[in-house]
Amino acid sequence: MKKETWKELTIGTINLDAGNSVKNLTGTWRSGKKPQFIEEKCIQCFFCWLYCPHSAILVEGGEVKGINYDYCTGCGMCSVECPPKEKAIIMVKEEAKLAEGGAE
Amino acid sequence: MSTLKTLNGNQTIAEAVRQIDPDVLAAYPITPSTAIVETIAKFKADGLITGEFVCPESEHSAMSVCIGASSAGGRVMTATASQGLALMWEMLYIAAGLRLPIVAAIVNRSLSAPINIHGDHSDTMGARDSGWIQIYSENCQEAYDNFIQAFRIGEDLKVRTPVFVGLDGFIISHSLEVIQVEDDDKIKKFVGEYKPVYPLLDISRKMTVGPIDFTDYYFEHKRNQMEGIENAPSVIEAVGKEFGQKFGREYGFFEEYRMDDAELCIVVMSSAAGTCKDAVDELRSDGKRIGLLKPRIFRPFPYEKIAETLKKMKAVAVLDRSSSPGAFGAPLFTEVRSALYDYAERPYIVNYVYGLGGRDIKVEHFKEVALKLEKIAETGKVEETYGYINLRE
Repeated sequence: MKKETWKELTIGTINLDAGNSVKNLTGTWRSGKKPQFIEEKCIQCFFCWLYCPHSAILVEGGEVKGINYDYCTGCGMCSVECPPKEKAIIMVKEEAKLAEGGAE
Repeated sequence: MSTLKTLNGNQTIAEAVRQIDPDVLAAYPITPSTAIVETIAKFKADGLITGEFVCPESEHSAMSVCIGASSAGGRVMTATASQGLALMWEMLYIAAGLRLPIVAAIVNRSLSAPINIHGDHSDTMGARDSGWIQIYSENCQEAYDNFIQAFRIGEDLKVRTPVFVGLDGFIISHSLEVIQVEDDDKIKKFVGEYKPVYPLLDISRKMTVGPIDFTDYYFEHKRNQMEGIENAPSVIEAVGKEFGQKFGREYGFFEEYRMDDAELCIVVMSSAAGTCKDAVDELRSDGKRIGLLKPRIFRPFPYEKIAETLKKMKAVAVLDRSSSPGAFGAPLFTEVRSALYDYAERPYIVNYVYGLGGRDIKVEHFKEVALKLEKIAETGKVEETYGYINLRE
């Protein structure tokens, strides 16, 4: 992402590109563990969607369909909140990866 | 037609506020600026102003209200002093960083401890790096004139920076003076209609004000902020000239008093400059070639213009009504001395701190300073670079 020089910035720290945090790939921070979605166990309660602090739950056609790993930081909140006895989201080991893209 | 009115410093500010009638006035009363807030509240109760008057629970909240109202798109002002300005401190930087042209009348007063209600410049000098423009006034007339010009300066599209207008606590704020009050319609016309830039109340535009910046953007935003105050000199000059054309009292960055053939110079701001003028007159009648330079604008500091004026002096004394513990001299001195550094020919320059906590400075004290300057110019020896006036040693 090209960063503006001080002359190119809007005055007063104003950001006219509202909602641009979508360009900030928070998933690059993730290390150690990541959530894994098991669709057949999901009861579509949307708790994971409600609790996810990074809006990383993928929803398509009104149904939870998985995890958007571009934004998932691996915090595990979705897995904790997932209510079925046999959880539809479990945390699995993830190989270490180098951070790339996103904010510095 | 303008009228002569007998007003004290606080009343002159309130009178200017009534004429300008900003959209939002948010202030918390504190000595010696209380009468500004009281008078504005009375104007509001009497239906003489249409702006919203907000009296929050503290100065921190008062400045926060100003920031919110200014971001929303209003013309906004406040007034405070001393501990009140100190309590606003973190919000001052936010107002400047968001480039909000808030105007604040600061009735200059000392800071605790020990507690004291009288005039010195510790409060605004403490906020000198907050990013606000700083204008100082010698008397009630200047306080009135400066306060009106402050809106034009701060609101200029190249500047968009908040402005302090300082007047000395009690010495100016509570002293009656006959001043020229201009007609309401002429002041309204001079100040003009306020044009907000990116107001939050413009809901047709999606935007964020004051988002977080980390290592990737903070530096650029701070540099972008500095551009506003660095653009201010040409605006200050133009507004001061236009004010002179309209109302007969022209303003620049500083006033030179009997400097034409001066070899010695005293640099002093605000009310003490009035006393200094009397001292200069007496010294001149004794044949001393001495003058006064009275800075009006402290931020942005007019370093080139001041240096050009002072470089040909033999000796200069800079008098500060605040101290900077542990620094090499008080704030005005370090600015003036630094401004002269690039010149091959430059005067001897010394610093005296005076008037802390409202301690008097009289004609005789300026004469003592003049004697010291004379001795330095004659001998080429500076015995003390940094001293005090009217202090029990």
